[in-house]
Amino acid sequence: MTEQTTPLVEMKNISISFGGIHAVENASVDLFPGEVVALLGHNGAGKSTLIKILSGAYKRDNGDIMINGETADIRNPRDAKKYGIETIYQTLAVADNVDAAANLYLGRELQTKWGTLDDVAMEASAREVMGRLNPNFKRFKEPVKALSGGQRQSVAIARAILFDARILIMDEPTAALGPQETAQVGDLIKQLKREGIGIFLISHDIHDVFDLADRVFVMKNGKVVGHARTEDVTKDEVLGMIILGKVPPGATPGPGAMKVV
Amino acid sequence: MAETMQSTTNSKTSAATGQADGNFVARFFRATEIDTRMLGMIGALLIIWVGFHILTGGLFLTPRNLWNLSVQTASVAVMATGMVLVIVTRNIDLSVGSILGFTGMIMGVLQSRLLPELLGFDHPAIWIIALAGGLIVGALIGTLHGVIIAFLGVPSFIVTLGGLLIWRGATWFVTSGQTVAPMDVNFRLMGGGTEGSIGATWSWIVGGIACLAIIAAIINARRQRKRFSFPRRPVWAEYVLVALGCIIVLGAVSIANDYYWPINIARRYAEANNIAWPEGGLLISQGIAIPVLMAIAVGIVMTFIATRLRFGRYVFAIGGNPEAAELAGIKTRWVTVKIFALMGMLCAIAAAISTARLNAATNAQGELDELYTIAAAVIGGTSLAGGMGSIAGAMLGALVMQSLQSGMVLLGIDSPFQRIVVGMVLVTAVWLDTVYRSRAK
Repeated sequence: MTEQTTPLVEMKNISISFGGIHAVENASVDLFPGEVVALLGHNGAGKSTLIKILSGAYKRDNGDIMINGETADIRNPRDAKKYGIETIYQTLAVADNVDAAANLYLGRELQTKWGTLDDVAMEASAREVMGRLNPNFKRFKEPVKALSGGQRQSVAIARAILFDARILIMDEPTAALGPQETAQVGDLIKQLKREGIGIFLISHDIHDVFDLADRVFVMKNGKVVGHARTEDVTKDEVLGMIILGKVPPGATPGPGAMKVV
Repeated sequence: MAETMQSTTNSKTSAATGQADGNFVARFFRATEIDTRMLGMIGALLIIWVGFHILTGGLFLTPRNLWNLSVQTASVAVMATGMVLVIVTRNIDLSVGSILGFTGMIMGVLQSRLLPELLGFDHPAIWIIALAGGLIVGALIGTLHGVIIAFLGVPSFIVTLGGLLIWRGATWFVTSGQTVAPMDVNFRLMGGGTEGSIGATWSWIVGGIACLAIIAAIINARRQRKRFSFPRRPVWAEYVLVALGCIIVLGAVSIANDYYWPINIARRYAEANNIAWPEGGLLISQGIAIPVLMAIAVGIVMTFIATRLRFGRYVFAIGGNPEAAELAGIKTRWVTVKIFALMGMLCAIAAAISTARLNAATNAQGELDELYTIAAAVIGGTSLAGGMGSIAGAMLGALVMQSLQSGMVLLGIDSPFQRIVVGMVLVTAVWLDTVYRSRAK
C-alpha cells in the first residue's frame, strides 16, 4: 500500500511556535490510503500539536499540507472536515449533556423541510451506524455522560464514520479505556483500515499502537527523529528513538535524529 | 466482552421489569415519560399556593389573585426564557433589568413624545412602531454585549455587570430622569388590566386551540416514532397525557374567566353602552390577560428554538462541552452573540409588558429584575455549570418566585423581610436541586 505514489496526506516542513518556544519545528509526515501511521513521542514531544495543525485546531507558522497531492488550506476545524479529516480526541470530545444521535450529527444536523431538527431521522441513522459498530449499544435516549468510556469512544468514532471520513486522527484513542474496550477500538481500527481510510494514531505508549500501525513516526522536542515500517524495526529500537533520538538502521532519519559523534 | 455486555443488559432488563412490576406510580411515570423533576417543581408550587391560601385565610387561591399573579409573572417569565440559554452556555446576564429600563424608556419616549408629534395622538400605528423600536434597541444592546463577550473575550459577568450600570445610567439620560407617561392606548393593552384581557369567548377559543395543539402534537410524535419503529408509549398513557394537558389548559381558562370586571368599570361600561344594570351586578369575565398570552407565546417560541432548531442544539452542545462544540465546527462565537441579541429582544418585550402595566416608563423600571430572572431560571432547573435547563422550567420558576412575593404581600409581610425570604428560598432551591442531581447520577 505504501508503494502508491500520491500520499493521502503529506505535511511538509511544518513549524509552529508558542511564545518563542518551537512546539513543532520543520516536521514532515505522510499517510497513505488504508494505512495506519503511529505518531510516537513523549508528552510534550509535539505530536499532538502537529496533528492539531492538520485537524485545524492550530494554525501553522510555516509549511505545507497536501491532501491527495494538492495543497490544502486548513485554517479551522471546518476546513479540515471539508477535506474529510475527522479527529477523535483523547479527552473524549463529545457533548456530555446530549444524546448519542445529537453527538453524531453535531455541527451537521439533519433538518426537515421546515428547517427544524429531524431528530427521528438522526436517531434512525444513529441506530444503524452504532448497530454496525457496536451492536450492544442500546442507550440512544440518554445523555452521553451516562455511557461508559468505551461507549463514548464508539460514539466519537461512529461520528467520524458517519461523515465518510477519509483521514482519521485518533489522539490517544485508548487512554481513557479499559483493556477490553481498548481491544474493541483495535478491531475497529482494522475494520476502518480495510475500508481504505488513512489513520493517524497518536500515543506516548508504544505498546498501544505498535501492532496496529504500518509505520511509525517518532517525535522528540518538536522534531521528527525518524520514521520506519513496523516490520523493519523492533519495539526496543523504537523506544530508543523515543527516548534517545537514536535512529536504528531500519529507519529513515529525520531532522531530529541524534547526531552520531 | 460480549458476555459482560450481555450480563449487564440482562440485569438491566430484569431491573426494569422488576420496577415495572413493582408499584403503579413508577409504572405510570415510566409509561407517560413525565419528567419527575418538573413534577417536583409543580408540587412545590402547589404547596406554596395551598400554604399561602391557608395562611391568608382563603385569599390566595381566588380567581382574582391567580389572575393577578399570572400578569405579574409575565415580564420576568419572558426574560427567564432567554436567561436559560445564556446560563446553559455557561454565561450570565446581569444587565437584563437595566436593558428593560432602557428599552422601556425608549419605547415610552417614542410613543408619548416623538411619534404623537409626527402621527398625531393615539394613532393606531404608534404602539407597533414603539414596540419595534424597543425590540431593535434591545437586540442591538444584546448584540454589543455578545460581541464583546465572544470576540473580545471579556467574561460575560463583567460585560453585563458593566451593562447593568451603563444602561441604568443611560435610562436616566434619555429624559434626564423624568418619568414618561401616559402610554399609548393600544400599547397599554400589553400590560393587562380590564381592557388588556381577551374576555370569556376568546379565552375559551384560545383554550380550545391549545387543547387541539396538544392532541396534534401527541399524535404527531406517535406517528414519527412509528415511522422509524421506535418504542412508543402505551396508548392509555397517551390518553392520560392528553387529558392532563387539556384539564390544565381549560382549568386555567375557566379561572381567568371567573375573574370579573371591577364593579366601577362594569358600571361605566354599562352606562356607556346603555345596558340596564342587573340586580346582582354585571358580571363580565376578564379572560386571559394579553401579557400572559405574550409570555406563553414567547415560551412556546423559545422552546421551539431551544429544542427544534440547530441553534438550540448548538446552545446546549456548547454548554455541555465548549471545546467539543468548537471542534465539531460550530461557530460558537456567533452562537454566543445570537444568544445575547435574543436576550436583549426579550428584555424589550418584558419592558413593553411592564411599562404598559405601569402606564409609565420610569428610571427605576426593572431594578433587581436581573436577580429575579436569574433566580427563576435557576429554580427552574437551569444548571449554572452549563448544559442543562428548560424554558418551561424557568417560566415555572418565575411563577414560583412571584407566588412567594404575592403571598407575602397578601400576608402583609414587610418588603425587607420579603427579600430575605426570597433569598433563602433561592439558596434552598438550588441546594435541593444539587442533592437531586447527585442522587440521579
